[in-house]
Amino acid sequence: MELKTKINAEDGKQDLVITREFDLPLELLFKAYAEPELVEQWMGTKVLKLECKKHGSYEFETSDAKGNVVFKANGVIHEFSQNRKITRTFEMDNVPFGVQLEICEFERVTDNTCKLNMHVIYESVAKRDQVLKLPFAQGINMAHNRIQEILNTLK
Amino acid sequence: MNLRRDVFQAIADPTRRAILLLVASQALTAGAIASNFDTARPTVSKHLQILTECELLEQKQNGREIFYNINAKNMKEVADFIEPFRKMWDDRFNILETIMKNYKPKK
Repeated sequence: MELKTKINAEDGKQDLVITREFDLPLELLFKAYAEPELVEQWMGTKVLKLECKKHGSYEFETSDAKGNVVFKANGVIHEFSQNRKITRTFEMDNVPFGVQLEICEFERVTDNTCKLNMHVIYESVAKRDQVLKLPFAQGINMAHNRIQEILNTLK
Repeated sequence: MNLRRDVFQAIADPTRRAILLLVASQALTAGAIASNFDTARPTVSKHLQILTECELLEQKQNGREIFYNINAKNMKEVADFIEPFRKMWDDRFNILETIMKNYKPKK
C-alpha cells in the first residue's frame, strides 16, 4: 500500500521534509491548522493560544489523566498566508531539542484533494536525529484512541 | 520468526512506546511503570512481557525486585528508526482528515 505520509530525512542533514496528500479540499486542510478547536482535536493537545498572523505566537499544552502537564510547546509565526503557507518556529518546553523552523506549504491538487509539504529545520544534525526518535516519547499523547472519541462527538 | 517484525509490532502500540520512554532514563519496577498508566496492572504486565520477549527491555534482579531497563543495543537495531516518527505524523494527519471530512462550518 502506498504510504500517504512520507518523510524524507537524509543522513547527516539537519532538516527533514514531511509530505502528505489529503482527501480534502485545500481550504479545509488549512482551516485545520488555523482554528484552535480543530488543532486541539487532531494534534491531541490543548491550544492555550494561537494567533494566526505574521509575528503572532502560539502555545500548546497537554495534560495526562492525573492533570500533570506532559507536553508543552510554543512558537512564533513568521508568515501566515491563507490557504498557502505557514512559517513558524516550534519549541518544546523541558526537553533538550532546541527550536525548529517549520515551513508548511499547502497546495491544491484537485477540488477535493490537496497536499501538505512541511520542511522542518533543526539546530543541528544531532538534534534532528533526537527528535526523530521522539515518537517513543509521544506514546502517551498518541492519538490512536482519540479517533473514536472524536467520531463520537461528531455523531 | 523475524525479530525486526516483532520489534515493529512492539513499538506500534502507544502504551508500549510510553513504557520504553519511561525506562529510557532509568530502570524501573513493574509497579513503578504501571503507576504511570490508568490501564489495569495485568495489561501493563502483558506489555512488559511483549517488550521483554522482543528484547527491547531487559530484566535485572535487585534483591527481591525485578527492574526493567531499556535494551539500547536492540533499540538501535530498529533499523528504520524514522518509521515511528512517520507513523506519528500519519496518525495525526489521518485524524485531521477524519475531522475535516466531518467538519460542518458553524453558522
